[in-house]
Amino acid sequence: MSRISAYEELINRKNEIMMKSVGIDYSRYEMGLIAFDYEKMLSDSGYSLDEIELIQSQSGVGGTPLKELKNITALSRKNSGPGYGARIFIKDEALNDSGSFKARRASISCYHAKKLGYKGVIAATSGNYGAAVASQAAKYGLKCIIVQECFDSKGVGQPEIIEKARACEAYGAEVIQLSVGPELFYTFLKLLDETGYFNASLYTPYSVLGIETLGKELVADSLKITGKAPDMVVITNAGGGNLTGTARGILHKTSNKVQIVGASVNLKGLHMASDHDFNRKSFTTGHTGFGIPFITNPDRSDVPRSAARPLRYIDRYVTVNQGQVFFTTEMLACLEGIERGPAGNTSLAAAFSLAQTLKEDKIVIVQETEYTGAGKHHQAQLDFARKNGIDIHFGDPRTEIPGQTIVLPRSTKDLFVEDIPLDPIRESFIKNAVKQTTRITTVDLNYLVAETNSSTEFVKSILRKLNIELEA
Amino acid sequence: MIKKGTWVQIHKIVLKPEDRTATLPEDTKKVPLEMWVKGFLLADADLLDSVTIKTLTGRVETGTLIKENPTYLHNYGDFVPEILEIDKIVKNELYGGEDHE
Repeated sequence: MSRISAYEELINRKNEIMMKSVGIDYSRYEMGLIAFDYEKMLSDSGYSLDEIELIQSQSGVGGTPLKELKNITALSRKNSGPGYGARIFIKDEALNDSGSFKARRASISCYHAKKLGYKGVIAATSGNYGAAVASQAAKYGLKCIIVQECFDSKGVGQPEIIEKARACEAYGAEVIQLSVGPELFYTFLKLLDETGYFNASLYTPYSVLGIETLGKELVADSLKITGKAPDMVVITNAGGGNLTGTARGILHKTSNKVQIVGASVNLKGLHMASDHDFNRKSFTTGHTGFGIPFITNPDRSDVPRSAARPLRYIDRYVTVNQGQVFFTTEMLACLEGIERGPAGNTSLAAAFSLAQTLKEDKIVIVQETEYTGAGKHHQAQLDFARKNGIDIHFGDPRTEIPGQTIVLPRSTKDLFVEDIPLDPIRESFIKNAVKQTTRITTVDLNYLVAETNSSTEFVKSILRKLNIELEA
Repeated sequence: MIKKGTWVQIHKIVLKPEDRTATLPEDTKKVPLEMWVKGFLLADADLLDSVTIKTLTGRVETGTLIKENPTYLHNYGDFVPEILEIDKIVKNELYGGEDHE
């Protein structure tokens, strides 16, 4: 049998392997012609928010402190008009076991895998999620395999990813490192098939429900410290799970309108599957290379129906550039005495500018930090970029060209956010959703309205553009 | 000679360039999909031999032996002077021009 046919044979068995490895029959939730029952898929997981809190409190997850960034707030106010400059707080998620909010996502997956009797867990991730799954697996005595996209064809690895491999190994996981390319999924499927382990996907209900505690906690923390719910929560957005889970948790805890802002690092122009571009970016997650494709087509993930559906909850989507995030990471260390990893500070970089548009008595929460260490540090990453031919200089960050330059702000006045308008995102979402059909039903129409958090009129107008017939 | 039972890293080609079927940019299409994994050597061998290892989860993998006792060499990078410049910028803007002693 040739290698190609082995590849195809495995890809053809994808649905069967996935069903066995996550224990969810996704076909149960399909409705209409393109719709599915999102809330039922989540509630069928069988875990209430109270139970999730209990599981997490017993496994080193959650209860992280919310810290007011008084000096950064004061600096932000120097750049805002009189009476403006909201109070900026940060949820110090680096203090979860394994060093990031991803522990929340891993905790329920690992608990569930243990409960169902799986011998081990597998996750495909180059990010903090690997360490999170490895750490939680260690607690439950589960075996663990993490599959990473790590090296380019010259064998050069991103320092940040190499550090994450080390962390996974420190927690006892087997780490499989691959060169660049989406066929990582092939290796991942092969391993699921070979081992029969649980697929601790980032996109199952377990993973997303695990983050709801973060949204609930940050509202409770804010109420305790300031006497009120936050006005705005800024969330780093990549695959969408962080935003989805946090927003859902906020909705559980408060009926006040909390503005949900997604923030990604702008990596426009870099191809995520390019061997050459791989080491010319300084962020391996939290960037537009994941953010845009996943928000417009969440089901491109490794499960048939992703539980991460950010477009349902997002109120505003902004980008910042790499130079701004490195700048802000250093600012957090030298003004607040909190040294954390750069990727987690994407939302802080955005919050610095966003806070200036709100009145002084308003509350802005940056909902995560991540651990820092060798490789996963702004100095390691800037040095790596420079050695890969990236020109690093101070200037107007708007002139940064991903893959060619990193432009550090000359002043905090240079920090800015760029809005990604949501209506074109919604339009792309609908386009992707109806790709395989020429007509839809009323059930589908209502589904598209909920998925895009828009109106019947808006969805109908897009459907007309796409020549999709609506059945009576 | 590297002894059986030693912790090693192996390398293998998962897909040759001609076997890569996914939609890929031109540069990625030209190179193979490669894999690196660590485990315990199942028989005495020399560097660059084709070997079999047992991984931490007990799986058996084969590939080319590339490292004995593979070491983490990632660090904080060479000094980047711009980082100190950032400190100066944000402190000046927050506290004014004077130094803090």
